[in-house]
Amino acid sequence: MNPYMTYPAKIKKITKHTDIDYTFFIEKIMDVKGGQFIQVSVPKFGEVPISISDYNDELIELTIRKVGRVTDAIFNKNVGDNLHIRGPYGNNFDPEIYFGKDLIMVTGGTGLAPVKSIINYFHKHLDKLNSFKLISGFKSSKDILFKESFEKWEKNMDVCLTIDTPEEGWTGNTGFVTEHVSKLDLSNIDNVGVIMVGPPPMMKFTGMELSKLGIKDEQIWVSFERKMSCGIGKCGHCKIDETYICLEGPVFRYDKTVKLID
Amino acid sequence: MSYEITNIKFNSYLEKWSRDYEIYGPVKISAGGRFSDTDNIRYEKIKKVEDIEYKEKSIFSAKEVLFPVTETLFNIQEEQLNEPVYDKKKYLVFLRACDIHAIDRIDYIFLKNGIYTDPYYKRRREAIKYILIGCKESFENCFCASMGTNKTDNYSMGIKFFDDKVHIEAKDPIFQEEFKEEIEIEFTPDYVLENYYNVTIPSVEKLDFSLFNDEMWKDYAMRCISCGRCNFSCPTCSCFTTSDIYYKENPNNGERRRVWAGCQVDKFTDMAGGHSFRTDYGSRMRFKTMHKVYDFKKRFGEIMCVGCGRCDDRCPEYISFARCINLVSEKVNEDHEEVK
Repeated sequence: MNPYMTYPAKIKKITKHTDIDYTFFIEKIMDVKGGQFIQVSVPKFGEVPISISDYNDELIELTIRKVGRVTDAIFNKNVGDNLHIRGPYGNNFDPEIYFGKDLIMVTGGTGLAPVKSIINYFHKHLDKLNSFKLISGFKSSKDILFKESFEKWEKNMDVCLTIDTPEEGWTGNTGFVTEHVSKLDLSNIDNVGVIMVGPPPMMKFTGMELSKLGIKDEQIWVSFERKMSCGIGKCGHCKIDETYICLEGPVFRYDKTVKLID
Repeated sequence: MSYEITNIKFNSYLEKWSRDYEIYGPVKISAGGRFSDTDNIRYEKIKKVEDIEYKEKSIFSAKEVLFPVTETLFNIQEEQLNEPVYDKKKYLVFLRACDIHAIDRIDYIFLKNGIYTDPYYKRRREAIKYILIGCKESFENCFCASMGTNKTDNYSMGIKFFDDKVHIEAKDPIFQEEFKEEIEIEFTPDYVLENYYNVTIPSVEKLDFSLFNDEMWKDYAMRCISCGRCNFSCPTCSCFTTSDIYYKENPNNGERRRVWAGCQVDKFTDMAGGHSFRTDYGSRMRFKTMHKVYDFKKRFGEIMCVGCGRCDDRCPEYISFARCINLVSEKVNEDHEEVK
């Protein structure tokens, strides 16, 4: 079997979050787990790695930002058209690690996508956690993804949805996620588990804030993003030190990533 | 068993073998160099022994036989991906000991890294036989003796070229059978025992992250121009980028291809949304050096660099990778002494 071969998956639904962020719901033609990624392509336009934002028995959700040639071609597709996929690749977030813990999840921008399935899992199984706090930051109110999900989550979860700077008509939280992390009131530091996903600077500064609170790197899990061409450990783009993000990642415990110097 | 064969006779063997094999060797391409009036030496199909440039080191390595600069992964018709159809020929390649070792290194990536093997590489790799070109003396910039890649037993035939004849050792019974009518002689391929420059490999155990921020990389940041010649002439560099094209004449049809990529070159780490890593050339030099002498060994157990010296031959800024490895080794030993 050729591991580079792709398989057509029909687009069943498209949700438009912003002008450039859409979620494509495609036929679930393979088994996937939250945190993994798949190679998505439009034949004759190219292939890109996309993290799985959620899934159920019938559908896989892919939240995609329109930023280049391939994603332009993806955005030209409509319900009923095919996206080509192969995978899934990489490891996943393991929910069991957080059972009984005070879970804090910090996301920046589209970094929310790879952990959405985990949030939904715990939204359904809140009893498996001691507590759950979600801190999600976006640049501005028009960049907010998964608005309907937030409405659902806010009903029974501690959610801090924040935008970077105040806006007219915005009554919610403002400021970077780091500010909200620094304000966390944690009674039992040792029982805390953290998941943080976002752009590299956001992860760096959030990591520093968490450390100030006394949270150890061993308690934090992250998802890495790197350029990838193959997803199967051949193309070399995502290698850092002896680690291939596509093979050993994209999910890592934070203490491991401290040693991953690009 | 070894034989002396005239070029004329050897050419008739080559012609016969060409029915079953694609035969590749280093070929001099007159005025094919990157600067005006310079030649290129790269791997191409050969028909006769005179086609082979054996007096000089090839500019590109033999890796391009197994891993072409550009390779079609799929032909695309509308949305349908089809693997290219290949003929069933095997491969017979004239190459030096360092390049044979280099293919062993690339094997780790294409055949072993992760759970998948690369079918394009594997197809050729399984069908390749080596004809070892001996090295009577070291070329400029070679440091194979330091890397232990100056010798190999992994070949079907070993050869030494003369103006009008060859000496050839046949280890593979298929070729021994071919040569049974020929005059037997005592011969094994030459190999060098020393080079003009020696390299000390830094100890993987002693190397640590303090070196990642060392001042030495700043020097390379100023000198390197990010042209990537070191990557593309390297026999062990195997990175690639995949992209799709459609034909202008018929946009319904196209290809998914992969093209060589290099960590020293711009855009190697560029991600959607504008993030990239190692934007200064010094950190790219650090990344490449660490891969060649440190992290590849941590992952696969062998030093990646084979000491062919092509990166040093090719660098337009006269950066010596061999010297860089020695600098790293000096620093590592220095640090180690301080720890004591």
